Amino acid sequence: MLDQNLNIAYLVLSALLFGIGGVGLMIRRNPLVMIMCVELMLNAVNLTFVTFGAMLDDIGGQVIVFFVLVVAAAEVVVGLAIVVAIARRRPSATADDIRLLRG
Amino acid sequence: MQTAVFIACAVIVLGGGVGVVISRNPVHSALSLVATLFGIAVLFLQQDAQLLAAVQVIVYTGAIVVLILFVLMLLGVDREEDLYEEPLVGQRTLAALVGVILVGGVVAVIVAGGSAVVTGQPSATQPISTAMSNIEQIGRELFTTYVFGFEVTAALLTVAVLGAVVLARRRHDLAPIPEPEPISTAVADPIIADDEVAG
Repeated sequence: MLDQNLNIAYLVLSALLFGIGGVGLMIRRNPLVMIMCVELMLNAVNLTFVTFGAMLDDIGGQVIVFFVLVVAAAEVVVGLAIVVAIARRRPSATADDIRLLRG
Repeated sequence: MQTAVFIACAVIVLGGGVGVVISRNPVHSALSLVATLFGIAVLFLQQDAQLLAAVQVIVYTGAIVVLILFVLMLLGVDREEDLYEEPLVGQRTLAALVGVILVGGVVAVIVAGGSAVVTGQPSATQPISTAMSNIEQIGRELFTTYVFGFEVTAALLTVAVLGAVVLARRRHDLAPIPEPEPISTAVADPIIADDEVAG
């Protein structure tokens, strides 16, 4: 059991990490780096869940991190498959070039 | 002691996060991501989430980052991005602004609220047990309270694997996509441009 001030520091740290991931997602164009930035954001949320669970003495905070992990794994698998499929046809594609559906 | 561990891990986590965003070489980004994930695993340990710390190292750094690195190698590791040019004007300024507003808002709420920022009552039905080990308690919860979600998760993983196989299959009837013109030289509004040509 940690002291409450340290728990608050955990929440602030995960907010900062979420912000870093979000900014990275907005400014990078390499799709693989964008996927990594999404992982950063998911990890920040996981840390928040665990901290909330500890603050409220609830094991549910840790159980839900499990589900987030599974969804993150599924997201990475499908995302990388899309990256590979695009890179086969356009080896130098960045996220800006994928705009066939643009209006 | 706890504060010292937290500060050390916070430095590693934030440094790794910044490294992911600013590294020109994607491989360096992946290695920075590993540092961040390890730091978070230690923070999980400090919050008495031993199982999650182990899973974090095994699944994230062991499986997901390796998968990302594998795709990086497959596509060519020597692709470095030139981070000095900014193809969309004002993109970084706007992104930084949005990030500062987002983080600033959340941090302001957390700091202003203090420990009252977490509303709600301590759990009555599933408190963190001291009698059972962490792994035993999470296992019990997963297979009793959250068993439906657990089954849905299995279906999700199956769908994801099928989707990855279908997407990554090599098809020979597809022509390569031609290189599009760069955004900066593209005509902004095709309708106006057509009118100008006609007039």
